[in-house]
Amino acid sequence: MTPALEARGLRREFGHVRALDGVDFDVDPGEVVALIGDNGAGKSTLVKALSGSLAVDSGELLSDGRPVTIDTPTAARALGIETVYQDLALAPHLDPVQNMYLGREVMKPGLLGRLGFMDHAEMRKHTRTAFTDLGATVRDFAAPVGSMSGGQRQQIAVARAAAWASRVIFLDEPTAALGVVQTRNVLDLIRRVRDRGIAVVFISHSMPHVIEVADRIQVLRLGRRVATYDAKKTSMEELVGAMTGAISQGAA
Amino acid sequence: MTTVTGQQQAAGPAPADEERPKTALQRLLGAQAVQILGVLLILVILFSIAESDAFLSVNNFRNIVVNVSILAIIGVAMTFVIITGGIDLSVGSVLVFSGVVAAKTMESLGGEGVGVALIGALVACVAGVCWGLLNGVLIAKAKVPPLIVTLGTLGMALGGAQIITGGIDVRGAPTVLTDNIGFGRLFGQIPYLSLIALVVVVLGAVLLHRTRFGRYTYAVGSNDEAARRAGVKVDRHLILIYTLAGFCAGLAGILNLAFFASTTIAGQSNTALNVIAGVVIGGTSLFGGIGTIAGTVVGLFIPAVLQNGFVIMGVQPFWQQVVVGAFLITAVYVDQVRRASAARGASSRRSLSSRFSRPAGARRKEAQ
Repeated sequence: MTPALEARGLRREFGHVRALDGVDFDVDPGEVVALIGDNGAGKSTLVKALSGSLAVDSGELLSDGRPVTIDTPTAARALGIETVYQDLALAPHLDPVQNMYLGREVMKPGLLGRLGFMDHAEMRKHTRTAFTDLGATVRDFAAPVGSMSGGQRQQIAVARAAAWASRVIFLDEPTAALGVVQTRNVLDLIRRVRDRGIAVVFISHSMPHVIEVADRIQVLRLGRRVATYDAKKTSMEELVGAMTGAISQGAA
Repeated sequence: MTTVTGQQQAAGPAPADEERPKTALQRLLGAQAVQILGVLLILVILFSIAESDAFLSVNNFRNIVVNVSILAIIGVAMTFVIITGGIDLSVGSVLVFSGVVAAKTMESLGGEGVGVALIGALVACVAGVCWGLLNGVLIAKAKVPPLIVTLGTLGMALGGAQIITGGIDVRGAPTVLTDNIGFGRLFGQIPYLSLIALVVVVLGAVLLHRTRFGRYTYAVGSNDEAARRAGVKVDRHLILIYTLAGFCAGLAGILNLAFFASTTIAGQSNTALNVIAGVVIGGTSLFGGIGTIAGTVVGLFIPAVLQNGFVIMGVQPFWQQVVVGAFLITAVYVDQVRRASAARGASSRRSLSSRFSRPAGARRKEAQ
């Protein structure tokens, strides 16, 4: 299968720190890949490089087998790549519909649209559908998202990414601040997004969640990919060993 | 105070995961603009009972409306500015500067014709736009805080106006301007000055509440980083908003000239603060992301009604400042309570209140 997104030999240095030291990465369509590694292993830097928030010094990117340049978030979005950032990047005073369509508002047809008037009904309808499809538990579509629970806001952020992504979604620590039930909802959400044929990449420190929801697990250490595991056949000990360098896998 | 208790009830229980959506009526009653409208009505009723003959007359109400008109034009733009989380202290000085430049231009052109007046109006608006553009570029591109930028241009515009005039007010304007715009009334009843203000208010409300421009204004004030990541051109938007503020100050400058037939150089030192007070009393949050044009209009009426009522009742008018000050503090207190409850259970790093008060859930989790 051609990977939805593939990176080969990405390098990036910050002064003397080699954040990415020729890292490889790949994710197939309809697959959940977990990206794990100790602090400073380069996980967030890699995601930033792949989502257009950070330029790399060298290395190549391929989307569906074709070489691509992803140098801005807009370029990433044009390729169907969406990112859910750790700090959510929602506007707390806007409601779910407004957040969903922020920067992509549907305008009224004709002259009114050109004058800047938006088609509220259309946006509300599609948001409702998108949330229902993903089984999100958001009920109030007119309340500011700042008044909602962390889990609901995470769902909104994931649903927004899922609605716009056609190839890949990156999730940076999607369950870090959530309770048990809310975490479950977000993990379910990840599976449903994957079932639509979209590639999901998520960073997490929670090994049980990683093993539960991921298909493949790629381990980063010191800016390189040191191991790739099938999530069904690995164990927590093995993953922690690979992260710390105690275990080294030959064919990374 | 009725507003405070009403507010605390509205901001009552922390939202649960499966909370039922509020009805439209609940939302409406919870809006600070509506609550402050209730306060305004109470004031009007109290003054009407106390001094029914003098207060409750068409002439008196027209007086109040005219007094609010020029402030309302600036207030519309100030609402946009404050919703982005900014502030514009320079509007009073820009008003004076625009008036001075327009008066000087019309003086040198001479004559009392409509053409001269129109050129004057255009010059005033362009002068305002220039100051607004300067504010916007310094704030958005040079990243100097709005408070400092507009404090600087407040001095620069006022100083500039005094340099041009030598510190002496330019008196007189084309009679076509003073007679029609300044004192003219449609059907002999509705002042043109107030009609112009009404048009600006309606246009401002449509722009803020119905268009994408307005949506981005809230988004920038709510979380500028989120807006940027969503593809909103935040810098450009801020420049446009401060330019709009300059334009409105310029428009107010020509209207001020028409009304007073003088450039009122020394008379506008409190204009910006009065407008900001009105906007904040009307429920717009100084922290950004919240506010309405309707609230601003109501918020501007409260000081005007108080002033008018006190004068009629023979209370020393100085009391008006004391009472408006108390209103202002109450309004911001209510806003704080509202924001604190809105951020409950939230973990947004950008929310100011959550930085100081951790959500109860997080504390419980840590204790385990």
